[in-house]
Amino acid sequence: MTSGIGAAEPMQTTRAAIGDSDPDGADRYNYAYLDEQTKRMIRRCLLKALAVPGYQVPFGSREMPLPYGWGTGGIQVTASIIGPDDVLKVIDQGADDTTNAVSIRRFFARVAAVETTEATAEATVIQTRHRIPEQPLREGQILVYQVPQPEPLRKLEPREGETRKMHAYAEYGLMHVRLYEDIARFGRIATTYSYPVMVNGRHVMSPTPIPKFDNPKMGGNPAVQLFGAGREKRIYAVPPYTDVRSLDFEDHPFAIQRWDECCALCGAGDSYLDEVILDDRGGRMFVCSDTDHCGTRRARGHTGRLGADAATAAAAKPRGAAR
Amino acid sequence: MYVAVKGGEKAILNSHKLLAEERRGDPSVPEVSLRQIDQQLGLAVDRVMTEGSLYDRGLVALAIKQARGDLVEAVFLLRAYRTTLPRLAVSEPIDTAAMAVRRRVSATYKDLPGGQVLGPTYDYTHRLLDFALAAETDAPPEALEPAEEPVAHPMLRVCDVLGGEDLLEPETPAGDPASGEPEPFDLTREPLSFPAGRDQRLQNLARGDEGFLLALGYSTQRGFGGNHPFAGEIRLGEVSVEIVPEELGFAIDIGEITVTECQMVNQFAGSASRPAQFTRGYGLTFGHCERKAMAMALVDRALRCRELDETARYPAQDEEFVLYHSDNVEASGFVQHLKLPHYVDFQAELELVRRLRADHGDARRKEAAE
Amino acid sequence: MTAPVRTAPTPLLRVSGLTKRFGPVTACRSISFDLHPGEVIGIVGESGSGKSTLLSCLSARQRPDAGTVEYATRSRGLVDVYALSEPERRLLARTEWGIVHQNPRDGLRMDVSAGGNVGERLMAVGDRHYGHIRAKAEDWLRKVELDLGRIDDLPRTFSGGMQQRLQIARNLVTGPRLVFMDEPTGGLDVSVQARLLDLLRGLVRELGVAAVVVTHDLAVVRLLADRLMVMWRGEVVESGLTDQVLDDPHHPYTQLLVSSVLQV
Repeated sequence: MTSGIGAAEPMQTTRAAIGDSDPDGADRYNYAYLDEQTKRMIRRCLLKALAVPGYQVPFGSREMPLPYGWGTGGIQVTASIIGPDDVLKVIDQGADDTTNAVSIRRFFARVAAVETTEATAEATVIQTRHRIPEQPLREGQILVYQVPQPEPLRKLEPREGETRKMHAYAEYGLMHVRLYEDIARFGRIATTYSYPVMVNGRHVMSPTPIPKFDNPKMGGNPAVQLFGAGREKRIYAVPPYTDVRSLDFEDHPFAIQRWDECCALCGAGDSYLDEVILDDRGGRMFVCSDTDHCGTRRARGHTGRLGADAATAAAAKPRGAAR
Repeated sequence: MYVAVKGGEKAILNSHKLLAEERRGDPSVPEVSLRQIDQQLGLAVDRVMTEGSLYDRGLVALAIKQARGDLVEAVFLLRAYRTTLPRLAVSEPIDTAAMAVRRRVSATYKDLPGGQVLGPTYDYTHRLLDFALAAETDAPPEALEPAEEPVAHPMLRVCDVLGGEDLLEPETPAGDPASGEPEPFDLTREPLSFPAGRDQRLQNLARGDEGFLLALGYSTQRGFGGNHPFAGEIRLGEVSVEIVPEELGFAIDIGEITVTECQMVNQFAGSASRPAQFTRGYGLTFGHCERKAMAMALVDRALRCRELDETARYPAQDEEFVLYHSDNVEASGFVQHLKLPHYVDFQAELELVRRLRADHGDARRKEAAE
Repeated sequence: MTAPVRTAPTPLLRVSGLTKRFGPVTACRSISFDLHPGEVIGIVGESGSGKSTLLSCLSARQRPDAGTVEYATRSRGLVDVYALSEPERRLLARTEWGIVHQNPRDGLRMDVSAGGNVGERLMAVGDRHYGHIRAKAEDWLRKVELDLGRIDDLPRTFSGGMQQRLQIARNLVTGPRLVFMDEPTGGLDVSVQARLLDLLRGLVRELGVAAVVVTHDLAVVRLLADRLMVMWRGEVVESGLTDQVLDDPHHPYTQLLVSSVLQV
C-alpha cells in the first residue's frame, strides 16, 4: 500500500461515486444510501425517541454526502424510514423550490427511487427545514425536521454534561430566566424562532428554528414528528397527539406573530408571510412562505393584491412536479 | 415581477457545470493525474488520509483533484465515501515497536540504540524558494550515498526505555483481555459521550483538524495549559496491519501502512493515588504528518488533566470544547450552512425589531407629551 | 451576642469525623460539630488551613474521604447529604441552602440582569408569574440596599460590593434555612466590608437563617458568628463561643491569630 497507486491507470476504486456524470452510480449504493445496519440503528433510536417524547437520543450519526448543518440529520432519519411506496416532499423555509430543498429531493429521487411531490396532502414523508406546512397534517404522515442545534438549553449552558443533567432532573428554571430577561428588557418575550416547548409535560425541547408562529401546530398533531440532528448526533420525536406547550409566564402568555398584511398573491390572512423586496425605494410585498399552500389557494381562485400579475407569471412558468 | 429564490433545480445544475469548468482550469494546460498528486503532493495526501480516516492514497488523490486542492473539502469527500464502506474486520493494534523506521528522532536522549535517524525532513532546510523547481526541468534529485550501516530493525522505542525503569506510566490498551477493559470505542459508529475515554479522545484527535490541534497544542506551550512536554520520540515508517479472521483464529498480515507516531513525555508530580512519574501524550497519524502528530500528543496530554487530578483551566484542557470542535467536516459544514436561506427566521426578527422600535417611539412621544 | 440555641431537638447540620485528603496532604482531619437552626458558626484559619475544603465538603460540592455530613431536611429529618441522589442534592442546594461565593462571578450569572439573577431560584422552584417574580426581586434588591433603577442592569456593571449584595439577595430569595459563605467580604475595601457585614448580620437575625461562614478575618466572625472553630493544618484546634475564644484563646495558634490581628 505504501507504494501508492499501482501502475494500472485509470486507478481502481471499489465503487463509483454518485455524480451527475454517472447516472447509474446510485445502483452501487444501498437503497436510500445508508446501509441496512445503520438504518436499523437509527430506527431503534427513533423508537426510543417516540417512547420518551422530547428526549434527545444520541445516535451514531454517519457522514453524509451533504455538509453538516445542511440537513444531514433529517436526511438520515428520512433515509431510515423511507420505502419505495412513499411520496416525499422536501421544503426549506416553507418552499419546495429553494436550492437546498431541491438538492435533498434530488438526492432521494436518485438513491431511493421515490416519488416526490410538492403537495402537502399527497406526501407521506415531509422533510422540512424551518417551517411546518400550513395545511394541517393527518394521521400516517411523517414530518422530519432538520435540526441544527437540538439542545434548547445550549445558549444558556454550553456544557453537554450539565445540560443532560438539567434534562434528567427536569431543572428548567434557567429557560424561564431567558424569557424573564426578554420581558425585562423589551416588555415582551422577544424570542421569535426556536421558541422552546415543553413536551408531554416532561422534556423541554427545541422545536428547531421554526418561527414561533408554527409552535402551536406541534401539539396534538395527528402526524409523527421526527427530529434529526446529524452534526450533534441526536434524534428526538413527538408522537401523534402529544401535548406540546410553548413556555411562557402566566401574565405574559405565549403569542404568535401576526401581520397587518395578507399574502399579496393568494390573499391568505392566516399564513406565515415572507417579505419580498420589490425595488430600492422601499417597495415590498408579503407572500406566503409555504409555496404549496399559496399555490393551492390560488388554484382555488383566491387572489391577493398582486395576484393577477403573479397568476400570469405562474402560467408562463408552470409549477411542475419535482421529478 | 415576483422572483425570489426560485428555479433552484436548474440553477444547481448550471452551478455544477461551472464548477467542473473551474476545476479543469485552462484546457490547454495538461490535466493533473492522480499519480502525480500521490507522488508529488504526498503530504497533502497524508493529511487527507489522516483527517478523512481512510487509508487509500488513490481515493485521496481523487478527492484532492475533485476538490481542486481544498484539503478540507477533500476530507469531506473521503468521509462521505468511507461511511458507505462495509466494515469487514477490525485490525489488531499496530505494533510501532516493529516499525520499519524511516525517521526517528528523540529530544530526550542524545544517543540511544538505533540512533537518531533524520530521514526526509524539512527541519534543517533553509526555507528559500527553490527556483530550480520553477524551471520544471525535471532534473533527477542528487544521488544518495548508501548509509554505512542499515537502520536498526526493530528499533527500540524511547518510551520502552523509560517504561522499563517504571519512570513512565504504562499504557494499557483498551480491549486488551488482560486489562479487562471493554472493546475500544468506535467514533465512526457511536456518538461522542462525556466524560470521554482515551480511546474516544484519540480517535477524535486523530481525525481532528490539523490547524485546530496545532493552535491548541501551541496554547499549552504558551502557558494556557500546564504541560512541560519533551518530545520523547517521533518516528515515521511502515507497520503491518493484521486481522484475525474468525474462521482462522490467528492473525494474518493484510498489508503495510505508513504512520507517524509521537510520544510526548510530560512531568507529573504525582497525586493521591500515584507517585511522581512521567506521563504520556500520544499522537498518531497516517502517512507523514509530523506537525499533526506532535500537536495531537500535546492536546491528548492536556486533556488528561481530570484523570491526573490536575485543575482544568484552559481551553486545551476542556474536553467538551476540544472534542466537539475538532472535526473540520462538522465545523466547515456548520459555518457554511449560514449560506442557506434563513429568511423565515429573519422575517420573525424583522417583525420583532419593527415592533420594538415602534414601542420605543411611542414611549418617547409619550414622554415628550408629558 | 446571643448564646447558641440548644433547645432544638435535632441539629440542622451534623458533621461527624469528616476527613478529606489530597494526595499526601490531609486537608481536613476528623472534623465533627453540630449546627442548630438559626445559629451562625464561623470557621477561621489562614489560607491552606483546610477551611475552604471543609466548606465545600459541607455544602455537598466535594465528597469527603471519611465521615458524614447530615442535614435535617424539612420533609425527611436528618439525612446524609452524600447518600442523597444527585438530583436530590441539587434540589436541596437550590431550595433549602444558599451558597455565597467569595468571588461573585462564581455565584452570579454575569450575563443575566440583576432581577433575573434574583428571580432564577424562584423560577427554578416553579414560579411562572412574571409580575410576582419581578416584585420579589425588587423587594430583595431593596433589602440588600441596591438601587431599584439597576434591576435590569447586568452584574458586570456593578461594583464588587454591589455584586456581593446581589449574590446574597439571589441566595436568600427562596428563604433557605442554611447559608454557606466563603469569605463573604473578601476583596472588598474596608468601608464596603463594614456596610456589608452590617447588612448580613441584620438579614441573618431577621430571617433566622443558619450559616457557616468561612473567613480569615476575625472581625467578620466577631460580628456574625455565635460560635467559632479555629482551623490549623486541617484540624480544628479550638472551638467555642465566639467571644470566649477571641477573648481567651487557649491554643497557641489561636493566640497568635488573635494577637496578630490586635497588633494591626
